[in-house]
Amino acid sequence: MAQTLTETAGSLEAMTPVPYAVTAKRQDTYDTWTLELEPVDGAPIVPGPGQFNMLYAFGVGEVPISNAGNFETDERLVHTIRAVGAVTKALCAAEIGTIVGVRGPFGNTWPIVEAKGKDVVVVAGGIGLPPLRPAIYHVLKNRKDYGRFALLYGARTPTDLVFLDEVKSWQCNYDVDLDITVDVGDTDWKGKVGLVTKLIPPAQFDADDAQAFVVGPEIMMKFVAQELMNRDLPAESINVSLERTMRCGVGLCGHCQIGPTLVCRDGACYTWDKVEKLLAVKEL
Amino acid sequence: MRAVLAPEALEAIVDVLRRRDWRVIAPTVRDKAIVYGEIASATELPVGWKDVQGPGSYKLERRDDEARFGYAVGPQSWKRELLAPSVRLLQIKRTNGGLEPVKDAAETKRTAFFGVRPCEVAAIKIQDRVLIGGKYADEDYLQRRENSFVIAVNCGEPAANCFCASMGTGPKVEDGYDLVLTEITGGTHHFVAEAGTDEGAELLAELPQQPAADADLTAAQTVTDAAREKMGITLDRSDVHDLLLANLEHPRYDDVASRCLACTNCTLACPTCFCTAVDDANDLSGEADDRLRSWDSCFTLQYSEMHGGGTRKETKSRYRQWLTHKLSTWHDQFDTLGCVGCGRCITWCPVGIDIREEVAAIRATQEAKS
Repeated sequence: MAQTLTETAGSLEAMTPVPYAVTAKRQDTYDTWTLELEPVDGAPIVPGPGQFNMLYAFGVGEVPISNAGNFETDERLVHTIRAVGAVTKALCAAEIGTIVGVRGPFGNTWPIVEAKGKDVVVVAGGIGLPPLRPAIYHVLKNRKDYGRFALLYGARTPTDLVFLDEVKSWQCNYDVDLDITVDVGDTDWKGKVGLVTKLIPPAQFDADDAQAFVVGPEIMMKFVAQELMNRDLPAESINVSLERTMRCGVGLCGHCQIGPTLVCRDGACYTWDKVEKLLAVKEL
Repeated sequence: MRAVLAPEALEAIVDVLRRRDWRVIAPTVRDKAIVYGEIASATELPVGWKDVQGPGSYKLERRDDEARFGYAVGPQSWKRELLAPSVRLLQIKRTNGGLEPVKDAAETKRTAFFGVRPCEVAAIKIQDRVLIGGKYADEDYLQRRENSFVIAVNCGEPAANCFCASMGTGPKVEDGYDLVLTEITGGTHHFVAEAGTDEGAELLAELPQQPAADADLTAAQTVTDAAREKMGITLDRSDVHDLLLANLEHPRYDDVASRCLACTNCTLACPTCFCTAVDDANDLSGEADDRLRSWDSCFTLQYSEMHGGGTRKETKSRYRQWLTHKLSTWHDQFDTLGCVGCGRCITWCPVGIDIREEVAAIRATQEAKS
């Protein structure tokens, strides 16, 4: 052989975690923390809205986590992490000053710039809000360029809602139709109770000229997409973000396949028409 | 460039390459199977052996001639040389509260693969597409691939599980080799050799040889034609992509799941299966993590493990993932099929599940429906 076989970028750099320091940390819920990360050396990477990074905790391992930062102004990486496995627990336990590893950004981006001039409907379920935050900030910053903006946010309980003060500030400072619901309330909850899908029929948007961005558990995204289509929003105008286990993040390890697509390479952002049939098959 | 070689010329191939300080990896007999290992002499080839393969069975038998390549493929493939079973991608050291990634020096030794079957050449081309044909190239694979030198051997005697003719990958290699040999055992035992690259031609020029006449090329063609005839077509690939996608909920998957042990043998023996795990392994001092890339298999539950458990909990989902990936969605992902018809998954399946039968069973009811 002894010849150059590819012009492609080598993966070793992409597989090498870059040291970042935890510079700020906030507890969002009983099991969720938001970390802000700055590179130990050099300039931070600049992820696009919808992209993810592989975050590495020394001695434990690596997980894909969506970027939650305001990518137009933040000079830090922002990641909101729910402590569910060994790596996410280690990351959530990281103290300020801890050095973690970052690879990325990987995956595609939300077509938020392409949605200019249209109504925007954002539907978030629980910790699905942070991955949408970069796209939301883009709309807020360029608010005049977009039509109506409906932000529908649901969670299992009031304690599962993240960024609540920030979300309410968006409602106050920008023209945002905010609607919030929880599946199950508590004694202090005075808001709506019910599934997030119930917020869709009354939402204000022009189905002929709107783009929806939906993130939450897969089952939630299915019902939300169906409800949006019941409002005559075409499947092509419904954007979702899918999640599968990933070991490399760069299309080489095979783990994130869903039928014909590799989530790390072709996603994680998809329009509903591309994935509806795939997600309808159990355990595909 | 073509030539006729006597069997002794194989020794010259090994000599020439080893004098260049190349590694020569070739089929050898070990533990009653034909496996790939480094050789120092062509006498280490499996001279006078053949293999008898069936679903879930494999054994070596003596031939009544001195054929060097009188067998089909064994349990291993060249994948173990190119996409090594486990490699350290890098090491991450803990230094004074920080992290320091350290990369290993690349191995640069040239390696000749001596005795690569047409289906295996096809498998290497498929892995090239997957591992170095996209946005990111697997650097370890790329390094090994660029150091590789492929001496292919056309097939004259397919095993019972061979179906390369169905997949269009053999029994005659079309491209992707440096040098190709066709072994002719009838009459005077000899080889017809043809160079596929300049490097292959350089090697051929150094070998003791006779010129190849038209009759020699015809004889070589007869060998592969007979092999193709013997195999026949046992899997119709023309519409298999759509057939499987249209039958994702087919009851045959329940049937195969009642037999499948989810043991992962098929994926490990498969020359195209490329899935790997990336794990960070600590040393005992706790001061360094080795980032290891190791073969993984879609037949394990951990393969699809996320928060909330694996996405493919049932064996039938895992078999469906494997089958549809090989023959259908691989094409969507990488613009090529993921099966080369080598038959390893059939031979090395402990319960003898036959990919051709599974496709045929789905096709039979599909056709009955329409």
